[in-house]
Amino acid sequence: MTAITIEGVTKNFGPVHVLKGIDLAIEPGEFVVLIGPSGCGKSTLLRMIAGLDDLTAGNIYIGGRRVNDLAPKDRDIAMVFQSYALYPHMTVKDNMSFSLKLKRTPSEAIGRAVGNAANLLGLNALIGRKPRELSGGQRQRVAMGRAIVRKPKAFLFDEPLSNLDARLREQMRFEIRKLHRDLGATSVYVTHDQIEAMTMADRIVAMNGGIVQQVGSPLDLYDNPANLFVAGFIGAPAMNVLAADCAQSGAGTELRIGASKLVTVDRTLDVARVSLGIRPERVRLASADDGVPAEVVLVEPTGLATVAHVTVGGQLLNLFTTERPRITAGETVYIRVAPEDVRLFDPETGARI
Amino acid sequence: MFGSKTRRRLLSIAHYVAIAAYVVAALFPLFWLLKVSVTPNSLLYSEGVRLWPSSITWDHYNSVIHHTDFPLFFVNSTIVSGVTAALTTLFAAGAGYAFSRFVFRGKVWLVGLMLVTQMFPLVMVIAPIFKLFAPLGLTNSLTGLIVIYTAYNIPFAAFLMQSFFDGIPRELEEAAMIDGATRLGAVRQIVLPLTLPGIAATLGFTFTAAWSELLFALMLNSKQEATTFPVGLLTFVSKFSVDFGQMMAAGVLALLPVCVFFFLIQRHLVTGLTAGAVKG
Ligand SMILES: Nc1ncnc2c1ncn2[C@@H]1O[C@H](COP(=O)(O)OP(=O)(O)O)[C@@H](O)[C@H]1O
Ligand SMILES: [Mg+2]
Repeated sequence: MTAITIEGVTKNFGPVHVLKGIDLAIEPGEFVVLIGPSGCGKSTLLRMIAGLDDLTAGNIYIGGRRVNDLAPKDRDIAMVFQSYALYPHMTVKDNMSFSLKLKRTPSEAIGRAVGNAANLLGLNALIGRKPRELSGGQRQRVAMGRAIVRKPKAFLFDEPLSNLDARLREQMRFEIRKLHRDLGATSVYVTHDQIEAMTMADRIVAMNGGIVQQVGSPLDLYDNPANLFVAGFIGAPAMNVLAADCAQSGAGTELRIGASKLVTVDRTLDVARVSLGIRPERVRLASADDGVPAEVVLVEPTGLATVAHVTVGGQLLNLFTTERPRITAGETVYIRVAPEDVRLFDPETGARI
Repeated sequence: MFGSKTRRRLLSIAHYVAIAAYVVAALFPLFWLLKVSVTPNSLLYSEGVRLWPSSITWDHYNSVIHHTDFPLFFVNSTIVSGVTAALTTLFAAGAGYAFSRFVFRGKVWLVGLMLVTQMFPLVMVIAPIFKLFAPLGLTNSLTGLIVIYTAYNIPFAAFLMQSFFDGIPRELEEAAMIDGATRLGAVRQIVLPLTLPGIAATLGFTFTAAWSELLFALMLNSKQEATTFPVGLLTFVSKFSVDFGQMMAAGVLALLPVCVFFFLIQRHLVTGLTAGAVKG
């Protein structure tokens, strides 16, 4: 049995169609990340799972039970908000025990649960403070603590790390994953940050314009994006997308960027132009006799790797290498692309071909 | 030519001077009230304009308390203002919460209608109100005053409360509802404690409004036992003279409950008024 099933869910706010038919099945214990640009309806979907917004159409099941008309309090889920939504007039301890008190849990049991959560999250020293006396990172932990003391059926996270600085975000990413491993609870995590999605998810659900674009494991989406949206959204630096002309060449098709023959793929294409996608790390430096010429525009060394921005046939392209090539802006280099690394998309619809 | 530090200091001095000037100007009439209330009648006109009389007396207070109906007016006013403040705040909190949190049909019209009630002068509605109240037995009664004051204060109080509710993030209630509370429970345990400043401000505002209202109190009630304090003050003005001493003494006494009331709520009020101000 699935933990959460979303079936043909749509949502309109008046004339605005925010979600246009979402289907999704989340397995017990799975960590699913919803990713998409701001305004694509991620929070709306999460809020409907929580019961904070009504559905326009469709069904949501939690643990096999249809919950469309169930109040949030009866769904047995916990949610961590982007703003943390800690109760400002209560101490950390009271914030964390609020839900248990409402359930009339005996006070020793509450004490134990809060103590465990505080231990797990390193909140012991802060237990008597009010939220306004905490730093952003500490508030975030309290919000997590409030969620885990309940032992809910599922955790919902709405961009919980977006208010933290980069280093803290990295650390919390790790801790949330670790918590998930220890508690094993089904989690739905919303973010617009593809690094969070890639590093945390068992499965990623990429959304855009109120529609699910692709569902799959992080590397699935990275290696085999279903369309140009996913290709552009997942991975940093992003996948290069070039406008290429197709020319039949024996059993294959030659793909040209301007005057340069970049690569020949092993299949026939009955179109004149395609969008050619290639990951920056799959673009290799080559010698004059087995590569095509490229003009270097900019070189960005990060220490770990070097990103070079080059133009081929007038189109900009990124090249990512962990070697430290001695190239400088203005110079001409030669690049090579392997046919198996190339992903082709319909330039009109953006769909994979 | 000034360093920025000197300039900042000068600016802050100017600030204080301006505030002090305002406070003096605002409090001066109150001081005069106090001064006249303790000035013996014999000195009132004979000493010219002085900041403080050469001798003082408590006679005026004594006669106001023991020889007039003021204690009764006082009780009447306290009842009317207290009940009005409580009822208005209760209804205004409910309405303000609904305006802040729910989308419902006719909301715009309702808000518009409430604004309209605040637009024309009270004098215009006195005659129809009197016509309505007389057969209901609401003239010459404190209940009548409470009804009209409550009705008249609710619109503004509701908007005031709405601005306080708007200042409390919705997500707090949502978090509480996910944590297992009903909406009402979330309001009681999360929203209510956070909106205490707003409630204090609304109580204070309505209490003072009702305490100092003259027009309805004068027109609807003529019997002594339903007279409120502002109407009572007028009894010191007779055809031939004004008993300033007693009038001022009564005025000072009338300030007391308002002072006590504001003292009780002031801790909440300061944050309350600024919170409201920021939200506009
Ligand atoms: N209560 C609401 N009323 C009207 N429109 C809304 C409401 N909530 C969200 N929207 C709209 O729905 C769209 C999706 O919002 P949201 O789910 O918050 O996006 P995301 O979380 O993916 O950034 C946005 O265009 C937003 O303006
Ligand atoms: Mg969002």
